[in-house]
Amino acid sequence: MSDARLGVLKTYKLYVGGRFPRSESGRVYEVTDVKDRWLANAPLASRKDARDAVVAARKAFGGWSGATAYNRGQILYRVAEMLEGRREQFVAEVADAEGLSKAKAAAQVDAAIDRWVWYAGWSDKVAQIAGSSNPVAGPYFNLSAPEPTGVVAVLAPQESSFLGLVSVLAPVIVTGNTAVVVTSERAPLPALSLAEVLATSDLPGGVVNLLSGRTAELGAPLAAHQDVNALDLTGADADLAKELQTAAADNLKRVLRPRATDWSADPGTDRLLAFLETKTVWHPMGV
Amino acid sequence: MTFDYAPAPESRAVVDLASSYGLFIDGEFADGAGGGLRKTVSPATEEVLAEYTQGTAEDVDRAVQAARRAFEKWSALPGAERAKYLFRIARIIQERSRELAVLETLDNGKPIRESRDADLPLVAAHFFYYAGWADKLGHAGFGADPRPLGVAGQVIPWNFPLLMLAWKVAPALACGNTVVLKPAETTPLSALFFADICRQAGLPKGVVNIVTGDGSTGAALVAHPGIDKVAFTGSTGVGKAIARTVAGTDKKLTLELGGKAANIVFDDAPIDQAVEGIVNGIFFNQGHVCCAGSRLLVQESVQDELLDALKRRMSTLRVGDPLDKNTDIGAINSAEQLSRITELTAAGEAEGAERWSPACELPGSGYWFAPTLFTGVTQAHRIAREEIFGPVLSVLTFRTPEEAVAKANNTPYGLSAGIWTEKGSRMLWMASKLRAGVIWSNTFNKFDPTSPFGGYKESGFGREGGRHGLEAYLNV
Repeated sequence: MSDARLGVLKTYKLYVGGRFPRSESGRVYEVTDVKDRWLANAPLASRKDARDAVVAARKAFGGWSGATAYNRGQILYRVAEMLEGRREQFVAEVADAEGLSKAKAAAQVDAAIDRWVWYAGWSDKVAQIAGSSNPVAGPYFNLSAPEPTGVVAVLAPQESSFLGLVSVLAPVIVTGNTAVVVTSERAPLPALSLAEVLATSDLPGGVVNLLSGRTAELGAPLAAHQDVNALDLTGADADLAKELQTAAADNLKRVLRPRATDWSADPGTDRLLAFLETKTVWHPMGV
Repeated sequence: MTFDYAPAPESRAVVDLASSYGLFIDGEFADGAGGGLRKTVSPATEEVLAEYTQGTAEDVDRAVQAARRAFEKWSALPGAERAKYLFRIARIIQERSRELAVLETLDNGKPIRESRDADLPLVAAHFFYYAGWADKLGHAGFGADPRPLGVAGQVIPWNFPLLMLAWKVAPALACGNTVVLKPAETTPLSALFFADICRQAGLPKGVVNIVTGDGSTGAALVAHPGIDKVAFTGSTGVGKAIARTVAGTDKKLTLELGGKAANIVFDDAPIDQAVEGIVNGIFFNQGHVCCAGSRLLVQESVQDELLDALKRRMSTLRVGDPLDKNTDIGAINSAEQLSRITELTAAGEAEGAERWSPACELPGSGYWFAPTLFTGVTQAHRIAREEIFGPVLSVLTFRTPEEAVAKANNTPYGLSAGIWTEKGSRMLWMASKLRAGVIWSNTFNKFDPTSPFGGYKESGFGREGGRHGLEAYLNV
């Protein structure tokens, strides 16, 4: 009898401000596996969705950047815990999205879970690595400390739908930035499912906002947005990267240019450091 | 009865100026490729000091090629050997510092007191500091074997001509890069004297190249496909244009741009010290400082007391001959800059702010602007929003620390800020809330080569100074 049971399909939605809206445009696009079989209809986010996501990210920035590093680290670790519990779901989604065998997809998901754990450990160490006490020639206490740069718009890698996504997202938020992420255009489903994990991981709403849709269509308003502080162009091709970088010059966004990356390799600190400012405080010293 | 100060002029005999200067390319002074000559004048007297060469795109290309040729050997030198060249340069700068200070004052208009006591000591200190990094780059936190980028194209402003050169050249060379530097149009001379210091230090030819000229020369340098890194200090407008130029290329970019710093004074601040800090914050170097404390935010309860003390202090500022050792405020760097300051202050009055300057006599020739204070300024006024880059202070008030933070951060800039309070916990809270790269607390406008400097938001990106400053010149 059970053979006759029809499975329940999921309606995939965006993740903005801790909620799961459909695109305000009402649009969806067809997501297929590598053999062109229909998997789901993903929301085709609009420019308005992108702007809403920036508003949500800005709203969340004060609380998230003001949280203790200990707290942020635990929340990133909590993401790993939640993912571990839903490992099989993600293995299936990544296998579908990228046309991988179950074993290869499992390796991707395991690496992504481990990456959350690795970055979780950075939250309370990055200030010690990137900061400094400066021996100025005079009676001053002088200290440099890293601070998050603000709202970071991330164009996630196109090919690595999950490990790549996690590899660009975790370093942005662990230091206190908030993120608006445009998922892989062709393979958005693992990212949209990650939103369900983030929503149940004590991560405050708005810290991460996930938009599925056309990378170029969503990249343009994000690169031009005056309230976006930094731009990660990993998921852009050379022409789009140049166009968006030019737009980003308008309010001097920090830009991380696209470059070939092996997502399975151990990450260094450059993605962490790319979205930090250095603040230097001087105070006289004396009795 | 009042006693007048006797004039105490510094002798300009220590500076031997040529009538005309070429470009410094591949270790030699050479004529330009037909861009003609420009004149550089003393802003205090409008006297023509010398002619210099308008570099063309062709000249830039020659300089970049020379730097490219030199890069191979320079980057392959053991760090300890590169370090010794930089130490030599630091020492020669110290030896020639009086000459360079007088030169800088002649060409820039800044008081000799400042070029002698602030600019030159810092210039030498920067070379000394970065010299020591050259053989220790593996310890800088950017990996075990960080590599130089190649040829750096550097464009610097006119407010601290030699100091900005030091900020750019010292870390670039320490990391093993070679440079092509374009000094500002109105202040090219000290960079040309620096070329002579490179000669005295025996620096290999082509490691440092100086191409003088106007903005078109800088644009040609920034756009040149043969450079690997662009470093610019100057206006936010030009910084944005440069960011567009390098978009889509592999050139690494750092920008030190404008600012509109808030200098925040609480009611428990030591008023006399705060007044000194405010004066230093906005009238140092005629206010031609990107991190100048140009917006004074004063707590309402001490506004009257503070403004009275500030006006008293401003009345003692001596404006005049920059070569006079008693002078506090020298000449505005150029006629163009003077008209910009005049235009913005006129807008301040037109928008309803109240203008005040102490009685002071300004010289008849040259470019001068009296120290100026605006009260009754609101956040919407242009003089509270736009960088004036002159001796003009806008005064706003606040009641609570939260309000001070909100007003201080209400700007597209984020370079610096000042906090004046006796309460340590409040200072630290404020410092953490202000979106600016440098926070001076109970002091202002302090610089040191070991201390990173640079902005948030539209004040640019990257840091100069300290360990952090190395990042701009390494492949990290």
